[in-house]
Amino acid sequence: MRKNGFARYALIETLHTVQSSFGYLDDDAIRFVAQSLRVPLSQAYGVATFYHYFTLKPPGKHTVTVCAGTACYIKGADKLIGAAEKKLCIKQGQTTPDGQVSLMVARCVGACSRAPVALCDGEVVGEMTQGQILEQLERWTTE
Amino acid sequence: MTIEELEQIAKSAQQDRDKYDYEVNVCMDLACASQGAGALKDALVKAAEGCGKKVCVRRTGCMGPCSHGPLVRVDPDETLYRKVAAKNAEAIINSLGTEPVPELKSELGEHFDRQVRVVLENAGYIDPEKIEDYIARDGYKALLTVLTEMTPNGVVHRVTESGLRGRGGGGYPTGLKWGTVAKASGDVKYVVCNGDEGDPGAFMDRSVMEGDPHRVIEGMAIAAYAVGASKGFIYVRAEYPVAVSRLTTALRDARRHGLLGNSICNTSFNFDVEIRLGAGAFVCGEETALIASIEGRRGTPRPRPPYPASSGLFGKPTLINNVETYANIAPIIRNGGKWFFNMGSERSKGTKVFALTGKIANTGLVEVPMGIKLREIIEVIGGGVPDGHIFKAVQTGGPSGGCIPAEMLDVGVSYDALLKMGSIMGSGGMIVMDDTSCMVNVARFFIEFCMTESCGKCIPCRAGTAQMYTLLTRICTGVGTMDDLELLEELCSTVKEASLCGLGQTAPNPVLSTLKYFRHEYTEHILDKHCRAGVCNMGAVISEIPSEVVA
Repeated sequence: MRKNGFARYALIETLHTVQSSFGYLDDDAIRFVAQSLRVPLSQAYGVATFYHYFTLKPPGKHTVTVCAGTACYIKGADKLIGAAEKKLCIKQGQTTPDGQVSLMVARCVGACSRAPVALCDGEVVGEMTQGQILEQLERWTTE
Repeated sequence: MTIEELEQIAKSAQQDRDKYDYEVNVCMDLACASQGAGALKDALVKAAEGCGKKVCVRRTGCMGPCSHGPLVRVDPDETLYRKVAAKNAEAIINSLGTEPVPELKSELGEHFDRQVRVVLENAGYIDPEKIEDYIARDGYKALLTVLTEMTPNGVVHRVTESGLRGRGGGGYPTGLKWGTVAKASGDVKYVVCNGDEGDPGAFMDRSVMEGDPHRVIEGMAIAAYAVGASKGFIYVRAEYPVAVSRLTTALRDARRHGLLGNSICNTSFNFDVEIRLGAGAFVCGEETALIASIEGRRGTPRPRPPYPASSGLFGKPTLINNVETYANIAPIIRNGGKWFFNMGSERSKGTKVFALTGKIANTGLVEVPMGIKLREIIEVIGGGVPDGHIFKAVQTGGPSGGCIPAEMLDVGVSYDALLKMGSIMGSGGMIVMDDTSCMVNVARFFIEFCMTESCGKCIPCRAGTAQMYTLLTRICTGVGTMDDLELLEELCSTVKEASLCGLGQTAPNPVLSTLKYFRHEYTEHILDKHCRAGVCNMGAVISEIPSEVVA
């Protein structure tokens, strides 16, 4: 916040910083940011919920993000998501009850030439197969 | 910084290069990096140290044919190696000065021969984090020429003369836009670069920002001089962390060299740029929504007029252009408007970068002159559809575009021709589909995208896309009727006509274009309960399918 001179227009930047430090935005953090930047709480909450990048729930220990951009869709990303959902018994956007793995879906990570793509804890894995994703999840869940 | 100093830097950078007999360039773009280009570069550096030859190993931005990565190009003889692994490093270094390694050498001559590189001219030749590399390839020369020799009006005139049109999708003449902002009254004006590449399946802007960030900054500075602005913003998606860090480095280096800041080149021109992060909202590619997002609000569009050219960011006149548009500016200034005007087709000038992806042999970035036939891009440059499948359609323009069938492939690529076919140029995503893709399902995919990305401000888009999604889901699951199809068509025109911004107005395009060219697939789904691509599951339990959606 100080870097941007507590400017009101830096709300999104500030929320980015909070999320990258804590992994998600909780109520207290949003309240604190709103108060410090002197923006209405409704605006801060509105921004936090409007943008897909922000999450209000704590992520799991590991995160697998399957890209669901057009190129990945054409190359079968939905099958990857389906396989992962079945394996973890959760839906996309959720975290397993033990907090071990989160399954996310991204809109496009820009690695379309290597579709289908998944991010395993932030690392880009191209040309992912169902076997690969299940193997990765197996490793994480049995840790 | 003066022109003489700039030339001095270019000269010393060139001398540094001349010290080496060979340059080994490693593509470190996302696609190659995810296949081990990092380890490969380390191995090459290690091998180069012990070989006794004068070798310089350099990391570069995207070279283009990503499906053949990791890529390595050896200069001066421009040998391109494909699918190089770290264990091949020694073989490559040992081959320098003799014959190239045959088993790694790529045969992509045709792929490159048909391309014309303007925006990507430096991609694969410079280290994106070294300003000297950019300056050595005539970087920032255009900016300093403009500042010392041209009037702002002269710059606008030259851009107008070039016939450049906005590369973000709309195709609005860039010169005209600059002229409007230049004429707008106001003491403070802003220049904004739209790097919110939300279009899934496109990554040209990412590659330009990551591979050649200074080119974008230079374009923005020239634009600022032309319209009388002193502050710029680059709006980048948060999903592109590498682009953000490269741009940050580039801005810092440019400031350090006096190419940004106060009194640039000892003139009265001041200019600096700030980076703003997006947060994952497709609608923020729309200019008024982008402005709202830079101001720290929800990215919802507002009705125009007033256009951003008269009242934009913080209520001031604002020039908004796409990354690729700015990337075209420096070459236009250097080579003249006529040079650019002579490339391309009648009403679409210059070149266009496309991200060629999907069911095609050579996926990656290609830059082609406007007017080139789609068939040439797909069959010659792209290498055709692999694995013996049959080409079905090519999708351009992302969720706002349409699908172009095989019989239309001989049309030349231009803004107007694509529009006529029911698609749009868009930002440059080009996704090839073969006979394993169901066109109804593709339409449903895009409508789902637009439904989730709709900001919710206007009803036609918010409710319309949701209803269209329901109808398409019904058709895809085998419970659709011909009435549904009729209603779908009706909804398309409502959403198209009545929506506030570009997202809603173009959202029905994928449905309309697939209905136009692949209507038989829709009727097959409805009447025969058959999906020829085998994608749609027709036997779904009917109770699971919503009959309507409450928006």
